[in-house]
Amino acid sequence: MRSLLAFLSGGLFALGLSVSGMTDPSKVLGFLDVSGAWDPSLMWVMVGAIAVFASVYWFVKRSKPVLAPSFHPPTRVGIDGRLIAGSVLFGVGWGLSGICPGPAVVNAASGQVTYVAFAMAMTVVLVGSRWVTHRTPEATLRSEVA
Amino acid sequence: MDVSALLGGAIIGLAASLLWVFNGRIAGVSGMISRLPERTDSGPAFLGGLLTVGLVLGLTTGAPQANDPNIGLALSSGALVGLGTFLANGCTSGHGVCGIARLSKRSVVSTLIFMGAAGVTVFLRGLL
Repeated sequence: MRSLLAFLSGGLFALGLSVSGMTDPSKVLGFLDVSGAWDPSLMWVMVGAIAVFASVYWFVKRSKPVLAPSFHPPTRVGIDGRLIAGSVLFGVGWGLSGICPGPAVVNAASGQVTYVAFAMAMTVVLVGSRWVTHRTPEATLRSEVA
Repeated sequence: MDVSALLGGAIIGLAASLLWVFNGRIAGVSGMISRLPERTDSGPAFLGGLLTVGLVLGLTTGAPQANDPNIGLALSSGALVGLGTFLANGCTSGHGVCGIARLSKRSVVSTLIFMGAAGVTVFLRGLL
């Protein structure tokens, strides 16, 4: 049931990205390019999305989710160098292509080579980085010894 | 005001709300991708939903043209987005939408920085 719900949520998410025009890199770059003919679309997308999610997050009071034993909000707190450096790198990559992770996955499904290449590089780095930093303590110890 | 942008945004917010209320999970796309090998019950299915609708859209309306078809640029910007969102623990969905809605200080800071860095990148590239 949880997987089915997540599948439907992902499908709806993709539909929202498409309706809003955010799967189109030129509209995203039009927002980021403040020196040219500025396209405010992305701002309205965020306003709409944040308004709906914030309403549900703050006003739907439940002790636990409908299908799961507990809520899993992000647990990290505090601003550190890692957050800042990561945000800068993400911004540079986003600015170069106008593609961020959600639209990358949606557009890659069309088979267009540019999006497939972007999504593959992004996925390899995301999965690889987490694998390297979340190995078992034994693996870390072995690599240190070696 | 751009009605389709606002409506599309509301649909994105609704999708994130469903995942939160039913599964208790944040709709953060980069986090779901990085955790793919862990086979959680929400992440891979959510990404499957993105791909399925993406496939249908590709077959019907067609995917929008990439701004620059250069494969080297696609690979390097994809790698930068992957590394950046891994380190920042979030992207436009997790930080920009869900995090700001939750009033997370980390997400507000991250969003301001990645938007600023993206704006500067677009500006500098325009000078070349």
